[in-house]
Amino acid sequence: MASANQYFEQQTRWRPLEIAFWLATLLPFVAAPNYLSLASQVAITALFALSLDLLVGYAGLVSLGHAAFFGAGAYTAGLIAKHYWTEPLTGLLIASIFSGILGYALSHIIVRFRHLALIMLTLGFGLLLHEAANSASPLTGGADGLQGFRVPSVLGFKFDMFGRAAYAYSLAVLFVCFLVARRIIHSPFGLALRGIRENAVRMPAIGAASQAHLRKAYTLAAVMAGIAGALLTHTTSTVSLDVLSFGRSADVLVILILGGAGRLYGGIIGAIIYMVARDQFSGVNPQYWYFWIGLLLVAVVMFLPNGILGGFSRFLKRIN
Amino acid sequence: MLSSLGGVLFDGFAYGMLLFLLSVGLSVTLGMMNFVNLAHCSFAMVGGYATVTLVGKFGWPFLATLPMAFILAALLSIPLERILYRRLYRASDLDQCLLTIGIVFISVAAFAWFYTTEQQSTQVPAWLQGSVKIGGMSFAAYRIFLIVLGLAVTALLIFLLERTRFGATVRAAVDNQRMARGLGIDVDRAFMFTFALGGGLAGLGGALAIQVVGLDPTFALSYLVYVLIVVAVGGLGSIGGSFAAATVLGISDMAGKYYFPWLGAFLIYLVMVALLMWRPVGLFGKR
Repeated sequence: MASANQYFEQQTRWRPLEIAFWLATLLPFVAAPNYLSLASQVAITALFALSLDLLVGYAGLVSLGHAAFFGAGAYTAGLIAKHYWTEPLTGLLIASIFSGILGYALSHIIVRFRHLALIMLTLGFGLLLHEAANSASPLTGGADGLQGFRVPSVLGFKFDMFGRAAYAYSLAVLFVCFLVARRIIHSPFGLALRGIRENAVRMPAIGAASQAHLRKAYTLAAVMAGIAGALLTHTTSTVSLDVLSFGRSADVLVILILGGAGRLYGGIIGAIIYMVARDQFSGVNPQYWYFWIGLLLVAVVMFLPNGILGGFSRFLKRIN
Repeated sequence: MLSSLGGVLFDGFAYGMLLFLLSVGLSVTLGMMNFVNLAHCSFAMVGGYATVTLVGKFGWPFLATLPMAFILAALLSIPLERILYRRLYRASDLDQCLLTIGIVFISVAAFAWFYTTEQQSTQVPAWLQGSVKIGGMSFAAYRIFLIVLGLAVTALLIFLLERTRFGATVRAAVDNQRMARGLGIDVDRAFMFTFALGGGLAGLGGALAIQVVGLDPTFALSYLVYVLIVVAVGGLGSIGGSFAAATVLGISDMAGKYYFPWLGAFLIYLVMVALLMWRPVGLFGKR
């Protein structure tokens, strides 16, 4: 058993590059104070991509409808802020619990399917929720979105136009969620998930509770996506119907693949590159932004099968 | 409510035929080659814009552009298959999804660049514009045309895949690639032709769709869901299944829009999710 413990300990040890990375996330406060609201958007997207990574990268479940949980969290947080109270942390907690329950309920259906049926069901549930939110306009505001509330501050720090509190809040939540995800990935449970990804038939045969593991992973991913959605609501004080759209599900998948799935940092790196590039290019020609994303996607699938981080680690290996 | 039932059934059936023409190509490629091609509606868009251009700029008659829509989309799909798709036949679903979503994004932006994002329309001949009175009820001529064409394509496809040498080759290549190669069948060629056939059928569907649902660059995304529903519910590679699923989907969509407009597309998605949970391989799927 000692060797197994040693293995897990070695896996969980913090590498210098990781520490440097997290210190660098503090840089925008001093280096780019005008871009702090963009930075908080990046952090939220990174958290969303991290939650998808648990599914796609580690459990091997493809999802084209992950925005369902992001949207569920965003609307829950928005409804609480509008009708009850505007203290964000409890709102965040309730939103994550709600989207977790939704994820747990759906996971019972999702994990039984593979291939096209799985893709279509995740897509179908995403679209169903989008339509439901669109139709239930008395509750959700329909196509106009949920408006008319303002989350003033978090723990006494005011959300202002510079976005200092917004970024600090998003970054702190992202970091906490990242620690949780990192702990899960390097646990025996995380190892079992990777086993299911590699061979879905052999894992049950050697006695792993395959479906129960997948259900847990799905619920966890839903909780994290819900937290990301709630963060977006709190930092922008609106909820648009767009939080549930297919475009958002596709975007986050693109971000994750771009960065490299199954690598924990892939989603974060992908989010940084994608969001910053979109911010830079959208001023030039917003309509054609997707042309370059499409081209990038084709290039990544054809030439960089493990994303930017995969290519980077291959490069490191080669020069060593 | 009852008097309108016939009209709804007829309109729904015609709409179903359109969905069938749009999606049967995907059913063939996805079912035969097991490739999740989300860019299928991009080929439909190629056909649609080919018709718009030929009618609008070059003054071709509408009917003459339909074969061209088929041919252009089929021709375009051949280099794509050769360069991109072929390398991913054995890749995971995820990689196939991502590659084809990438192609969708590229096509949407490219058509927006060349044709702007406006809705396009086209001129159909006079005899397709009016309506025909049969037994006291009037039927739109274009919808009758769609139904006739849909039935003809179904018959032709079933004949092609079940009764001809080409069909036998393709089915052999799909069932057991190594064995087929061993028997001297050119599997790569069979797949290329199958793929071109699928793309061409999509192009034809796209050209026919202009008159019913219009055409703009987001077509590739907005109709993707419908096409996928038809294929997934009908069962992969089953032409009869796609036919049945497209009919059910077309009629229930029309009926939903007519009787429960407040439900929107909710009903369709609900039907799809329920059917897939009941039969994950589709109504007529074998594998």
